[in-house]
Amino acid sequence: MYPSKFDYHRPSSVQEAVQILSANPDAKVLAGGHSLIPVMKLRLATPSALVDIGRIDALQGISRSNGSLRIGACVTYDEIANSSTVQEAAPLLAEAAGQIGDRQVRYRGTIGGNLSHADPASDLPAAALALGATLHVTGTGGSRSISATSFFVDLMMTALQADEILTEVEIPAAGAGTGSAYAKWEHPASGYALCGAAAVVTRNADGSCASARLCFNGVSSTAVDASAVGASLAGSDLSDGAIESAVNDNLSIPDATGDMFASAGYRQELAKVMGASALRTARDRA
Amino acid sequence: MGISIELEVNGASVSDEVEPRLLLAHFLRENAGLTGTKIGCDTSQCGSCTILLDGKAVKSCTVLAVQADGSAVTTIEGLANGDYHPVQQAFWDNHGLQCGFCTPGMIISCVDLLSTNPQPSEDEIRHGLEGNLCRCTGYHNIVRAVQDAAETMNG
Ligand SMILES: Cc1cc2nc3c(=O)[nH]c(=O)nc-3n(C[C@H](O)[C@H](O)[C@H](O)COP(=O)(O)OP(=O)(O)OC[C@H]3O[C@@H](n4cnc5c(N)ncnc54)[C@H](O)[C@@H]3O)c2cc1C
Ligand code: FES
Ligand code: FES
Repeated sequence: MYPSKFDYHRPSSVQEAVQILSANPDAKVLAGGHSLIPVMKLRLATPSALVDIGRIDALQGISRSNGSLRIGACVTYDEIANSSTVQEAAPLLAEAAGQIGDRQVRYRGTIGGNLSHADPASDLPAAALALGATLHVTGTGGSRSISATSFFVDLMMTALQADEILTEVEIPAAGAGTGSAYAKWEHPASGYALCGAAAVVTRNADGSCASARLCFNGVSSTAVDASAVGASLAGSDLSDGAIESAVNDNLSIPDATGDMFASAGYRQELAKVMGASALRTARDRA
Repeated sequence: MGISIELEVNGASVSDEVEPRLLLAHFLRENAGLTGTKIGCDTSQCGSCTILLDGKAVKSCTVLAVQADGSAVTTIEGLANGDYHPVQQAFWDNHGLQCGFCTPGMIISCVDLLSTNPQPSEDEIRHGLEGNLCRCTGYHNIVRAVQDAAETMNG
């Protein structure tokens, strides 16, 4: 199987890339290619041109300064999972990236591609939400910053304009007393998330909950922030019982997905189990 | 529109003019004549097309040849250096194959796994090879082969 014909561009700067995108309305950005090439081979996507951003230096690299972690859009899952900087500043992201696909996929897939593709079953969107990430994007009109909360719009739809490229993901570095966890229930054949729960918990000096955040992949058309669960845990003692009732009483997934793999009701229940499990692990790590 | 690419394949420099949509797997098999790399599923699942791209195991059915421009590729044909590579020998010694279709990709993935984790546990081996499917062996002898290769390579 091979894709239909397209023109290939390999710009060396973000500016050049966005110029090409704006001149070719149905051109697509190519990053790791591990979602785009498969859909092009199936001819579900037939862009007239690809703009390969894989060699743009400005989209590489992981750095930490002034309390924030910055990851270039073209950094791969393998680099993220094995980076000591990410493991320290945003261990949730390293944990989620390490659970994506298989070794070969992790060498190619990129954080920018994962977030821009916005597949509801992919593993990084919930982590980006739970960590309060800011996504930096550049288009022909200049650069802007979008919070993860406003970035994911709907099924495979983001706030990116057609001529915009996601350039960098910025995450506030984890402070003292914070723990996190990603609990994934994999689809047994594809390995994608049937439900992936990303939890971040911060404890006060006395051990009580200062704040908690629980977000999900896989259960709805887009990543979900179960903010009512987080709010109800604040001030609690974070006991297993407190976590269980916070989840059971406050978790509702609007428009839970029901498909040939799992009904909406099943996903709701799975989200409770995986959510509580992620919160308990995050608490133990805080 | 043809695009000129130049890459290193098993240590030799190769230049060609290719269509952008040419997949690396087809480039290796049809343009470079290296048919050791197999295409199984053609949908990024099975790993039989796995090759090393700049030292990392990737599924060559999911990489465009133009993306490999300037890179170094190693296929199964490039592993043996007079003698079999220790991983190839270990697959032979431990009957790590039956029909052999998955074997080139499987061996390349094992080489990659051992390069980052020279002494993997059984669990790490099974987990490390999750991107390679074998429909014959049931994996047991593949795991044995990797353990054996690890021992040989660690001297
Ligand atoms: C066998 C297999 C198993 C997988 N399992 C999982 C899994 O378990 N969990 C998971 O999360 N994912 C999984 N994936 C998907 C994988 O993570 C993809 O790599 C990811 O979805 C897309 O990232 P990419 O870098 O490959 O992007 P590409 O495929 O290159 O691009 C994807 C889309 O995003 C756009 N895009 C890419 N980068 C940018 C950017 N910087 N700015 C703007 N737009 C951009 C492209 O135009 C395209 O529309 C799997 C893939 C395969 C082949
Ligand atoms: S042929 Fe490439 S993964 Fe199956
Ligand atoms: S030996 Fe036949 S598929 Fe693995």
